[in-house]
Amino acid sequence: MTLKKGDHVRVLHLDPPGHHRTPSFVRGREGIVEALAGRMPDAEMMAYGRRGVDQPVWRVRFRQAELWPDYEGEAGDAVIVDLYEHWLEPLR
Amino acid sequence: MQRIHDVGGLPGGPIDQAAHDYAPWEKKVDAIMRLLIGAKVFTLDEMRRAIEELGPGAYEQLSYYERWIQAAGNLLLEKGVATPMEIGKAMDAARARHAGTGP
Amino acid sequence: MNQDHAHSHDAEHEHHHPHPRQPDVEDAPLSWHMALTEAVADLMVAKGLCTTADIHRTLEVIDAASPAAGARLVARAWLDPVFRELMLADVNRAASDLGIDAGAIPIRAVENRPDLHNVIVCTLCSCYPRFLLGGSPDWYKSKAYRSRMVREPRAVLREFGVDLPADVRVDVHDSTAELRYMVIPNRPVGTEGWSEERLAETVTRDAMIGTGLARCV
Repeated sequence: MTLKKGDHVRVLHLDPPGHHRTPSFVRGREGIVEALAGRMPDAEMMAYGRRGVDQPVWRVRFRQAELWPDYEGEAGDAVIVDLYEHWLEPLR
Repeated sequence: MQRIHDVGGLPGGPIDQAAHDYAPWEKKVDAIMRLLIGAKVFTLDEMRRAIEELGPGAYEQLSYYERWIQAAGNLLLEKGVATPMEIGKAMDAARARHAGTGP
Repeated sequence: MNQDHAHSHDAEHEHHHPHPRQPDVEDAPLSWHMALTEAVADLMVAKGLCTTADIHRTLEVIDAASPAAGARLVARAWLDPVFRELMLADVNRAASDLGIDAGAIPIRAVENRPDLHNVIVCTLCSCYPRFLLGGSPDWYKSKAYRSRMVREPRAVLREFGVDLPADVRVDVHDSTAELRYMVIPNRPVGTEGWSEERLAETVTRDAMIGTGLARCV
């Protein structure tokens, strides 16, 4: 496990084939690690009948303004997404 | 390529808040899914993948539980649990039973 | 309604009482997908993957699941700070302490505050804490809800009758992995001294999704 709470991260901007659980709207976006959601079976492997290796999954907080430059709500508004660690790149 | 199930942030119209009561067959699909996953015939992740593989048309033309059972049927074939012939004949038997002409 | 209720019905189902006929539905021919559903169920039994009784029992569990279970947890959390801490740490265990089966998939509770509103969505499919909230409403599975909630939550919440002031932040939780979420709404004002049962009645399904607020009834 290479990340910890409070880390700034960027979601990899990849578009692979197959099944994965990283929504398009957060790819390439920056967020802050809020908490460990757990170590979970790797959905990308499980979807094809393979067990794979369990992965840390992090709750990552994205400011709405980071996701949508034209966001019309308040500055503190956020989306929190559970993301597999291998999709996250630490910043700084 | 943003795929059909990955809709976060896309433009969307008004949300229809009307509820429908699930039909008995829809609940049966639900029960089937739980039991197949419980029996480790396939995983929830495989089920999601199978639904995604139904393609864009399925999201536009099929109802929620129609997608589920179609994906489950495909997984039974993929896993070698049943053959197309077995499923086809069992469907025919179900139709006959329903119409009151079966055994 | 909890699992105990479901189990009491399981016993009846040993006798296989038939479900009531619905003439309008059952007199129409089976659609392709309905026939496939029957076929898959029959093949599962024929191949020994489950029994007919397993199917009946599972249907009973599905029917028994209702937002009343989640509401009971919320009401208890409002009254009992120790239980609240437990619920925030581990919903499934907190539920189990009340004799409620929250299922195998872990559920996490997110708590509203006077300055924070939480709301749940699943943008990739339709993940939902069904053991505690019952079956999900159609709109929760709709493309319109799933696409818009992460982008314009305040507008969507207004459509649901929740008009948040500017000084209340909105956290939208997208359940993308093997966690399900439920909201602990704010306790309505004017409910001091209320019993757990009475408090639970203020906690609607939508209040636990975040598209509603707990309200005095």
